Amino acid sequence: MNAERLRRVGKAALLLAALAAPIVAPNEYVVSVLARVCLYAMLALGLNIVVGFAGLLDIGYVAFFGIGSYVYAFLASTHFGIHLPTLLILPVIIGVAAIAGIVIGGPTLRLRGDYLAIVTLGFGEITYLLLLNLDRPIDITGGPNGIISIDPPSLLGLVASRNVHYYYLFLAVLLLVLLIAVRLRDSQIGWAWQAIREDELAAEAMGVNTTVAKLQAFVIGASFAGVAGGLLASWQRSVFPDNFLLQESINILAMVILGGMGNVLGVILGAGIIVVLPEAFRELALYRLLAFGLLLMVLMIFRPQGLWPARSAGRGRKYLDGAASAGTPAPGPSTPTR
Amino acid sequence: MLEIDQVVTYYGPIQALKGVSLEVRQGEIVCLLGGNASGKSTTMKAILGMVRPHSGTVTFEGQRLNGLSTGEIVRRGISLVPEARRVFGRMTVWENLQMGAHTRRHAPGTELAQDLERIYELFPRLREREQQYAGTLSGGEQQMLAIGRALMARPRLLLMDEPSMGLSPALVDQVFDIIQAINRQGTTILVVEQNATVSLSIAHRGYVLQNGNIVLHDTAAALLQSDDIRQAYLGEG
Amino acid sequence: MDLLAMLPQQLLFGIALGTVYGLVALGYSMVYGVLMMINFAHGEVFMIGAYIGWGVLALLQNAHVGGLNPVWVLPLLLLPAMLLCGGLGMFLERVAYRPLYRRGATRLAPLISAVGASIFLQNAVMLTQGARMKVYMTHLLFPADWRFELLGVSVSYLIVVMIAVASAMMWGLHLLVQHTSLGRCIRAVAEDREIAQVMGVNVGLVVGMTFFLGSALAGAAGVLVGLYYTQIDFLMGYSAGLKAFTAAVLGGIGNIRGAMLGGLLLGLIESLSVTFINPAFKDVIAFLVLIGMLVFRPEGLLGERLADWRKV
Repeated sequence: MNAERLRRVGKAALLLAALAAPIVAPNEYVVSVLARVCLYAMLALGLNIVVGFAGLLDIGYVAFFGIGSYVYAFLASTHFGIHLPTLLILPVIIGVAAIAGIVIGGPTLRLRGDYLAIVTLGFGEITYLLLLNLDRPIDITGGPNGIISIDPPSLLGLVASRNVHYYYLFLAVLLLVLLIAVRLRDSQIGWAWQAIREDELAAEAMGVNTTVAKLQAFVIGASFAGVAGGLLASWQRSVFPDNFLLQESINILAMVILGGMGNVLGVILGAGIIVVLPEAFRELALYRLLAFGLLLMVLMIFRPQGLWPARSAGRGRKYLDGAASAGTPAPGPSTPTR
Repeated sequence: MLEIDQVVTYYGPIQALKGVSLEVRQGEIVCLLGGNASGKSTTMKAILGMVRPHSGTVTFEGQRLNGLSTGEIVRRGISLVPEARRVFGRMTVWENLQMGAHTRRHAPGTELAQDLERIYELFPRLREREQQYAGTLSGGEQQMLAIGRALMARPRLLLMDEPSMGLSPALVDQVFDIIQAINRQGTTILVVEQNATVSLSIAHRGYVLQNGNIVLHDTAAALLQSDDIRQAYLGEG
Repeated sequence: MDLLAMLPQQLLFGIALGTVYGLVALGYSMVYGVLMMINFAHGEVFMIGAYIGWGVLALLQNAHVGGLNPVWVLPLLLLPAMLLCGGLGMFLERVAYRPLYRRGATRLAPLISAVGASIFLQNAVMLTQGARMKVYMTHLLFPADWRFELLGVSVSYLIVVMIAVASAMMWGLHLLVQHTSLGRCIRAVAEDREIAQVMGVNVGLVVGMTFFLGSALAGAAGVLVGLYYTQIDFLMGYSAGLKAFTAAVLGGIGNIRGAMLGGLLLGLIESLSVTFINPAFKDVIAFLVLIGMLVFRPEGLLGERLADWRKV
């Protein structure tokens, strides 16, 4: 009871701090870093649904981010001369990203985990190469020069122009995304994901339609990334293929793993660390990826559950144990689960 | 020759063996009876060092086996005919037999050739199919191969995990004849079985394993007469 | 432009490229065979092989060794690359993968650890060797005019040597796997790890040797690619690795002959798409082949030989 209250107070304090941050530190640079944290936290939350909740390793996640960005750029810039209002574009982005998720996930999700990782990697690479090369014979993506002079986001006549505006916009969307993620986690589908993550065979034996559940995770994750991409385009006012390199996928993955797969607040913390640290140690930027690589290995060996592991790790477990005692046969002379 | 003393093993959080003790003497055929999940295969694995006992000791010819690698244990003279045969299906019969002699790969070639010859005499079918993939053999032939493979290690103690599994009654008799023949040539045998009638008919002594505990042990003849055995394994009562 | 006239030349390029892909693919296949795991860092081992070859060649050149003759220089490039890369592969297995299998971590853990190893190696090379590309002094070994005419196609000796070396290594590996004790053990571990252990096989050692062999071949492939394309950089392992993996899947992962076939096919597909479609899309096509293959025939053209054998 008391712990629960403490947790609530903590969350409220966190939210207040986030709201007050630009007022306390009215510095363009600081605010822009904070806005980036929010943006990446959205991405990390989306990937967390795929990797953390459902246990599917997606190494091409940035593709959906890129697709969202380019859709926004197509519909709100001088590139095609289309200037739709932001509120109209967002549903389109979600739709397109979701379709992309179905296209890539539909046929591949029944593959083994490691094959899925490779397919997503290939998909990320294809997306990047298409963005880079679809400027000839017809100019669609603008090629390596990208798309510039993109419209800023507008809402009810208000047009974002300063970093503070973007920060509050991103924070609002982040909170929404967070809410959705938590709701999903605690819903029926969230349980199914965790069951799949723990043991796919057992989940199937319990009657979870694993293919559909995995596809749902994939599509929801994709639409989160799409929205984040649209916001990025509206903020940068330009998009380039190089915004969506594999490196970016790895960054997002590192946020999820570092923070603790499956734990939403941990994932946001991970995003904060990975966005802020290189800003704080600019001279060490060169060593950042080196340290990442090392960190991933060390973390997997000593603390595979991340810095802030999901409190609910036992939830999917219990779910399964119940089923196991209900008589699911253990598959073969298997090693103990976990 | 082999002594297992109060061995306890865990399989995750589950206690698989709860203090199993048994003894195999030089020249014997000892039969370990038990149903599914009674801990028979775990006992085999504990002897071979594939499952580390949580407590208790395994002693072979006066030396403790605990903590030794499987390779070292095989080198000391114990080999296994695994449950369901598990021959290497993508290897030829000859290659399978070579794998059996893996721990002796530095032995003189003539010695290995002699052993191979002995196996082929015991199982002429294997010589005929020497260059065939083991996966293409019949179930009975695979069982011969699995036995031959284990013999290539020149074991003094041969472990057999359910040799009758999945074989026709005629083949089962044949396999047990072979087991007896191998024993007469001087190899001690510990056979794990569900099929109590056949195995007790060739064994000298027997143990009954239930839920990770030895619940009964006696001479084979006495066990064949025992009411408990009749009820549990011979379908009588 | 006469595309058909270019065809024989392109086919030759495709075969050369394909043998190299095959060489790298073997590493993926063998490791997958024994561990059922994709060694994501394998492409980086290939890249490091290219750097080692480059380093040795630069040393020889600085030492003013007159008359660099490929007959003795080539082994001098290949051997250190193979040994060091082989060692690196074993080391990776020890520090990055084995602890995870021991501890029985989640099934994602080895994959993530491999991704980590891959990033680490890339950046270690970038930091020590610089981000700019290195240039192989190939012309010192194989002057540009060392070529001959065959059926109207101008063939450089370099390409012949490359195909010959790669083919010889694949053949060597094939012999090793089929006809030696180590090869038997590798196949035994791939087919039934537990029973291999019962036979007294030191499974850890065999897995280590598998990494050594696969990585050594990748190192050799790195040198060959360096010599052929003359430009290398620290990112080259990424797309090459992805494509070699595609080749392995194409032929049937775990299957050694499949890796060679897959490599050749992919090399040909790539060179043909350069000729007939658009050079910018050659990688797109390669990855589409990968995805298509995984979706429609995940067992590959020749099937998964080493692994996935169902017990009778």
